[in-house]
Amino acid sequence: MSFSDIISLLRISLHAMVPLALTAIGEIVGETAGLFNIGLEGILLISAFAGAIGAEAGGPYIGLLIGAGVGGLISLLFAVINTYWRGTQMVTGIGINLFAMGFVAFGLIQLGAPGFHMVPSTIVVDGAEKAIQLAKFRTPWGMFSPMILLALVLPFVVHWFLKRTRAGLMLKAAGEMPEAADVAGININRIRILAAVFGGILAGLAGAYMSVAWLGLVTKGLSAGRGFIALACVVFSGLNPLLALLAAFIFGFFQALAEWVKTLPSKPIPGEFVSMLPYIVTLLVVSGAIGRVRFPKFLGTPYKRE
Amino acid sequence: MSTNEAQQSSRLLRGVRRTLTGLHPALESLIAALVGLLVGAILMAVWGYDPWRAYIALFQGAYGGSYEWASSLTRTTPLILTALTFSICLRAGMFNIGAEGQMYMGATAAICISYFTLPFGLHHAVGLLFAALAGAAWSLIPAALKMMRGVSEVISTIMFNWIAKWLALYLAIYVLVDPLRGEKTVSIPLTARFPLLVPRTDLSYGIFVSVAFALFIYFLLWHTTTGYELRAAGLNPAAARYGGIRDKRTMFLSFILGGIAAGLAGATIVMGLPPTYAIYGGGGLPQLVNMGFDGMAVAMVGRNHPIGIIIAAIFFGGLNAGGRVMQFYGSNPVPLEMVRVVMGAIVIAMSIPELIRVFPMLANSSKNLLNTMRRGRKEESA
Repeated sequence: MSFSDIISLLRISLHAMVPLALTAIGEIVGETAGLFNIGLEGILLISAFAGAIGAEAGGPYIGLLIGAGVGGLISLLFAVINTYWRGTQMVTGIGINLFAMGFVAFGLIQLGAPGFHMVPSTIVVDGAEKAIQLAKFRTPWGMFSPMILLALVLPFVVHWFLKRTRAGLMLKAAGEMPEAADVAGININRIRILAAVFGGILAGLAGAYMSVAWLGLVTKGLSAGRGFIALACVVFSGLNPLLALLAAFIFGFFQALAEWVKTLPSKPIPGEFVSMLPYIVTLLVVSGAIGRVRFPKFLGTPYKRE
Repeated sequence: MSTNEAQQSSRLLRGVRRTLTGLHPALESLIAALVGLLVGAILMAVWGYDPWRAYIALFQGAYGGSYEWASSLTRTTPLILTALTFSICLRAGMFNIGAEGQMYMGATAAICISYFTLPFGLHHAVGLLFAALAGAAWSLIPAALKMMRGVSEVISTIMFNWIAKWLALYLAIYVLVDPLRGEKTVSIPLTARFPLLVPRTDLSYGIFVSVAFALFIYFLLWHTTTGYELRAAGLNPAAARYGGIRDKRTMFLSFILGGIAAGLAGATIVMGLPPTYAIYGGGGLPQLVNMGFDGMAVAMVGRNHPIGIIIAAIFFGGLNAGGRVMQFYGSNPVPLEMVRVVMGAIVIAMSIPELIRVFPMLANSSKNLLNTMRRGRKEESA
């Protein structure tokens, strides 16, 4: 393994980290307020699809915006069901995942090819070249997506927000002690909905990033368990955004490693086993991390005034 | 004489009330199913399809005749079992989302019986045993991780689904592969195939495995001490522990039973589905894929009750079978994938408790009904 191999491995790791980090940070905000969304996998998938369509219609920024918007809307539905209607969060999440699997497979057929859609990097409209995919920075170490910067900065912002602001403490109160927060005049349901929508917007952005800024394609299995790996990041972090970023990088690294080993001409390990690697590492890391983490007391329970 | 008549009529009323209370969950499932179909119809209309004709094609393709019924029941067979996987664990208070992977392992283990010969009947039993053991083994690891390391079973079972998928693909492509046809595994021999229940369809005797296992689970959960403990641990873990129920034991038991069910689901597919009785590694496991996830939808609509699950599985099996007809029907056919969109919408609707109250039209009538029932219950206790 040469030096340039290591650089390119790190570059792919950083790119693979972005969707995990964004989704995990969003879920941390939601879980702090008391909502546990296992529908992230589905949100990633749908917003990757919606983002690709948006980008092809109006450019990369419209694509990212539409992806984020779709993610926010699905989370809004999730949050309303699980606050005002006092639903079962796990079941809603499972439903979102099933819906997304069907919807994206259905949508891909509408676009022409079943199961597969390439997002071109540019198209020519009226003789002028128009960008579809988000442009990458050229650096001495290769091309980097600007979204990496967002994924690296956002955890610090969210960490500051949760620890140091009044709104952040209100979020925490909604998850830890909804009754006391209610007495203090905080609208529990509204704050939970806002937190979940924020989480959904980030997951949507992560989905759109995959199709519009990173992989340049949509498949019906594009999310490939990333929503659940992001949940694993959240579990590992114990709701600390900085640790979640670290976990996202670790998982991103092993995804990159798996891709890298697959390209080796000597094929030291069958590809099927290499593909298992990120999931096995996720399991190992989560089993090693558990024990010291503590979650909000009222995570997953709808709040009802007595 | 008149008092006797009054007693009789009040007994009748009580019976009606009890039936209505019992039907309440079924009514909710029905409404959720209608909501799901409505969401599907709206999406079809948005994309320029004719939802009315699509649904006619779908339901005729599902229940329009004996051939259609056989086709629906074929798709019902594994769904009953994968739904049971989810439900047994949920009854014990855990979310086992790993039916998909456990089913892959069961199907792969069942293929292994192709390498030896046994008499008809015994060969079936060995195949089912292999599949059950493989499914149980695959679900035991997440259970152990949960018990020893506190790892959330939601995450571990999903990770095990992916590991199982790649492992099953590897085994199907390199190890169990048919030497003459590289895209599939060796086929289950004649002595281990479930005979067809209805000739010239694909419905096999495998469905009796599903129904028998569902009835077994019903008996276990509601007529044995073990089942009572399992349900108690799910309803209130703290109280159950206080009452002397060993919660770790019930947790393991629920995962083992769930794994067995999912493993058997894999076996019913490879041992009962004509024409090849094999797994297609080259095609990415087409007969198996998503059966575990669909099972969760079945479990929800069946209200996590074995009998409800059988009914719900017939509905979802019908959707799957009818979807295959729908995708070739008319000049602008609706793709099969629409069926899973409908399933997802149904599950989302199912997650809303007292779904009836969400709909203003139904709210009043349901409130009245609930009030009368409540009043009735008070009278009964008084």
